[in-house]
Amino acid sequence: MRWNRIHALVMKYMYVCKRNAFRAMDVCFWPVMDLLVWGFVTLYLLKVSGAVPTMITFLIGAVILWNVLYRAQQVVCLSFLEDLWSRNLLNIFTSPVKVSEFITAAYILGLAQALAVMLILSVMAFVMYSFNVMTLGFDLAILFSNLMLMGWAMGLIATSLIVRWGPQAEVLAWAIPFVVQPLCAVFYPVSVLPTWLQPLARCVPASYVFEGMRAAISGSHELVSNYAIIAFGLNIVYLAVAGLFFKYMFEQARERGLLAKYCS
Amino acid sequence: MFNKVVEVKGLRKQFGTYEAVKNVSFHAEKGEIVGLLGVNGAGKTTTLHMLLGLTKATAGSIRVFGRDIETERTEILARVNYASSYIALPYNLKVYENLLVFARIYGIKNARTKIDQLLEDFEIAHLRNSTSGRLSSGEQTRLNLCKALLNDPELLVLDEPTASLDPDLADKVRKALMRVNREQGTTLITTSHNMLDVAELCNRIVFMRAGEVVEEGSAKEILLRYGSESLEDVFIAIARSQLIEKVKVS
Ligand SMILES: Nc1ncnc2c1ncn2[C@@H]1O[C@H](COP(=O)(O)OP(=O)(O)OP(=O)(O)O)[C@@H](O)[C@H]1O
Ligand SMILES: [Mg+2]
Repeated sequence: MRWNRIHALVMKYMYVCKRNAFRAMDVCFWPVMDLLVWGFVTLYLLKVSGAVPTMITFLIGAVILWNVLYRAQQVVCLSFLEDLWSRNLLNIFTSPVKVSEFITAAYILGLAQALAVMLILSVMAFVMYSFNVMTLGFDLAILFSNLMLMGWAMGLIATSLIVRWGPQAEVLAWAIPFVVQPLCAVFYPVSVLPTWLQPLARCVPASYVFEGMRAAISGSHELVSNYAIIAFGLNIVYLAVAGLFFKYMFEQARERGLLAKYCS
Repeated sequence: MFNKVVEVKGLRKQFGTYEAVKNVSFHAEKGEIVGLLGVNGAGKTTTLHMLLGLTKATAGSIRVFGRDIETERTEILARVNYASSYIALPYNLKVYENLLVFARIYGIKNARTKIDQLLEDFEIAHLRNSTSGRLSSGEQTRLNLCKALLNDPELLVLDEPTASLDPDLADKVRKALMRVNREQGTTLITTSHNMLDVAELCNRIVFMRAGEVVEEGSAKEILLRYGSESLEDVFIAIARSQLIEKVKVS
């Protein structure tokens, strides 16, 4: 892998973001809307039902971390889609850029976007709802890392499907996270799910992350590392599967002459 | 020494049940300009895409600089470049930014000087800070060519490079390509439907029809063989003979 090529691809997407207000909104606007809505819902809940005050922190923490996962996933797909939309794919894939470099660049962008979203939402949650996510300390770092890994894996799987089925599958960039969201236990513990769904949720790394987040907020720090270890193990498996899946789909696209077809 | 920059043997491409390219062989020597000609759908673009490793061949071998495109794609592509009238650079980047991105990808030293030089050569220096999406198709084509010459490629693959250019610009582009070929010894493989391009640029012509090579030689040789004075007439003769064959078959 060559850094100059990865750097060039990252630079290209940065230029796109600078020029395209809609891409910038993915970082600065939509996540903020999400937090506002959920923040007010929790304030309301607190008022009418006298729910425990940790409830509000659970929900706000969940919104912040869900956006980390969602945005990390999304930008992996978008970095491919931007080249597809602008008919630039052939310029990229007739250059010495390796598929592994292309993916690495997308991962770096995913990390950058997730960090930016995390920062913006953290500041906002502190100012508006007096929720200081930094009190989670090191726990936050390991939870964030696991969401990042899962976001990359999901993003790569969605991109693989877009590589194979082209622009008609682009909706997956936005939809895939919502397919798994019910199993991620973002806003409720896994135990709330019907018994038959619980084993499925146990296969989703994010479910451990959100359980871990609730444990961390309630002060059960020793549980967090247990959850994080399981999530990490699953993430490694999913990342490997996503990598192999992408390779397979990319070869399928080469076989069927699809890369060229999308661009003309 | 090794003089064959490109050597294609027994190339086939099957899309499902449709055979787009059937047993195509041709080569390009160092410094040669080879034109791939043929009617719409003859398989020219598919052949170029296999040559660049974008599309996987069903059978046959492709060697570029003596290396196999399937196994040494990255090494080969670092010394090659490609431009087509049908692809574009990201529309919301400025002309200069687009070229800078590709200069980084190809690891060009003195990128800024190189970019400015190319923009001058193709007479689009005044568009340096324009958004690429705003360019006219002719300007877009020239921007693509600037990108394609960034790495001083040893092999330049072009798909209808003058398709959207007015006669004046088409002439300028041909001259620029000939200059690159002469000064840097760049090998060119190009498709075109513009017979003037072919007559002026190409040392050798490979005629394709229905996925097969049906004629090969210099423009002069081919004209002589068909007893004709214009490549356009030869083109039409070859294209129509296919129709006659099709009628015969049915
Ligand atoms: N990905 C694909 N899947 C199925 N068929 C394809 C694909 N790509 C090309 N073809 C078919 O293969 C044939 C050759 O196409 P190709 O684009 O190579 O022709 P061409 O000689 O470049 O034509 P033109 O002069 O119109 O550009 C066409 O009939 C086309 O429909
Ligand atoms: Mg073509």
